[in-house]
Amino acid sequence: MSVWDDVVGQEQAVAVLDRAVREPESMTHAWLFTGPPGSGRSNAARAFAAALQCASAGCGTCRECRTAMDGTHADVTIVATEGLSIKVKEARELVQEAARRPSLGRWRVVIIEDADRLTEQAADALLKALEEPTPRTVWMLCTPSPEDVLVTVRSRTRAVRLRTPAAADVAALLHRRDGIDLSMALYAARAAQSHIGLARRLARDDGARTRRHEILTLASRIRTVGDAVAAAALIASIADEEGESSSAERDAAERARLLETLGADPGARTQPPHIRSQLKALEDDQKVRAKRFARDMVDRALIDLLSIYRDALVSAAHAPVELVNADHRGVVDQLRSTLSPEEILHAMDAIGQARERIDANVPPLLALEAMAVSLRLPR
Amino acid sequence: MSNLVLIAGPETLLIDRAVDRVLRSARESAEDLEVIRIAATTYTAGELTLQASPSLFGGDKLILVRDLDEAVDDLVTDLDTYLSAPAPDVALVVTHKGGQRAKRILDALKKAGAETVDAPAIKSDRDKSEFVLAELSAAGRTARPDAVHALVDAVGKDLRELAAACQQLISDTHGVIDLDLVTTYHAGKVEATGFRVADAAVAGNTGEALRLLRHAFAVGVDPVPIVAVLASQLRQLVKVDAAGRGRSADIARQVGLAPWQVDKARRVLGGWDSEGLGRSIQAVAAADFEVKGGGRDPEYAVERAVLTITRERRRH
Repeated sequence: MSVWDDVVGQEQAVAVLDRAVREPESMTHAWLFTGPPGSGRSNAARAFAAALQCASAGCGTCRECRTAMDGTHADVTIVATEGLSIKVKEARELVQEAARRPSLGRWRVVIIEDADRLTEQAADALLKALEEPTPRTVWMLCTPSPEDVLVTVRSRTRAVRLRTPAAADVAALLHRRDGIDLSMALYAARAAQSHIGLARRLARDDGARTRRHEILTLASRIRTVGDAVAAAALIASIADEEGESSSAERDAAERARLLETLGADPGARTQPPHIRSQLKALEDDQKVRAKRFARDMVDRALIDLLSIYRDALVSAAHAPVELVNADHRGVVDQLRSTLSPEEILHAMDAIGQARERIDANVPPLLALEAMAVSLRLPR
Repeated sequence: MSNLVLIAGPETLLIDRAVDRVLRSARESAEDLEVIRIAATTYTAGELTLQASPSLFGGDKLILVRDLDEAVDDLVTDLDTYLSAPAPDVALVVTHKGGQRAKRILDALKKAGAETVDAPAIKSDRDKSEFVLAELSAAGRTARPDAVHALVDAVGKDLRELAAACQQLISDTHGVIDLDLVTTYHAGKVEATGFRVADAAVAGNTGEALRLLRHAFAVGVDPVPIVAVLASQLRQLVKVDAAGRGRSADIARQVGLAPWQVDKARRVLGGWDSEGLGRSIQAVAAADFEVKGGGRDPEYAVERAVLTITRERRRH
């Protein structure tokens, strides 16, 4: 057993990190973990943090290892935002925290899981601390690509590149760690394109599989402009639905907990002003979170849609590569037989363009409509 | 006149007029009337009692409390106390723009038999036309319907401006007010909104659409809402087009629009085919991206989208 067990398919990166733990001269104070979404960046960072705290370089069983891995270690701070960005205020607080000596462990570790969401000012606030850190403090920033952080941050950190793990590795992890049936795990790992978190959700949640099915079969159903507009509305509503189902319960629980902490009467028809303002702040936070979540879900749906065209292209080229959507063979074959490879590429471009537009704040519905119009099949 | 007057409603012009009217009639009945204005937002506790108490020199008083809907809590409390025992020789006039704040006082005023004056919101074009006709007929004048329409188009955005325009026409002209007269005074001025631009664009009216668009930019309308309106109009057209034949009420329910929107879309759809609509949507999406920072000139991006829409419409 070792902390590296759950970091699947990243032998090279693990070797570098393990060496840094064992040999003091290979250690650095700031690390930048990069890799595609779902490749386990934050897991790798947590495992590294655990190995640094552990007396035997990451045994995976001792108290230090376990607490560091699940984010409760006193000297390991994990920052994961659910909003759209990490603000300068939070960054300044982090800098202060990083200046303290470790309380019981060997290192003070600060992990920023979404370093790509640092605002420019927030990243600037970190620079000084990244450059000349307090002894025994380690920064770990995680982002999909090195280009996602400021060049000044990039130059002050040492890069660790993760790759997309093989589907079989992910399936094995799901089977071993979460006790998921191996064939289901393999299906989920493939369908999620080796995105570990997503694969787990697909394997466990029936609803997620149904929603995925609806999105994928859309590709074979859009024929008229009317269909396209309806399809766009469907994608947007599926994303909303998923967002609501995951957040409604949580929002209510947070509200109840806040009222309890403030000593307010949850049954009161109107709350006193100072409590109202706190509730308002919470609701604003929740709104931001819901917005980001809905946007993430739309993006996810588009990636699923992209994968079916990718499969059609792969099968048209007779490339010896596994299909992502082996379970939707019918749709893949239909696309391949009705569209030329050029047309498939155009469709993929349209999907990519929609993602880019949504990222630039174009209303998702409008971007999806424009995309769906380009995805129409010839009549 | 009752000793208590409540002027309630969101339209500030009507509130002002009602206040003037009340003050005038109060001054007619009492020449040495003392008018005390109380600022609702900066009120300090006790002021009302102080002002309402009888003066050493006698004489009538009128206390005017404006914007009770923004009042501080102290004023609400004091008014409440005052209304339980109003002073006999003091008139109280209260204006309230709407909302729940100080609702208690409104109820107490009504219960105490206050004279109530309504100041209803004037929003739709029909309301505004009626307002214009009422203004003119109050001065003993009449106007042709097209003249009223043109006047509302030109200065209808702000009710005060509309009232001033009516006043100008009343005092500077005589006889029936017709379209020529209105254009003489207000030619070239049009209230330009995203909706008007979109209506002209989907009707294939290139010149009109561009003129309205430029006008909208010139008066400071942001490109973002214009693009949003273009998108939603096209979306409605596609939905109604795809829904096929049927009673407009049924289709309205099916696609989630109001029946009049369906009827309007059907009238417009005559000049469209679905391919053109698809291309138009794509053009609008591209424009939205450029407006949100993807391009260098947001205004040109919108203009190009509008041109694409009118071109696709004309192709037919």
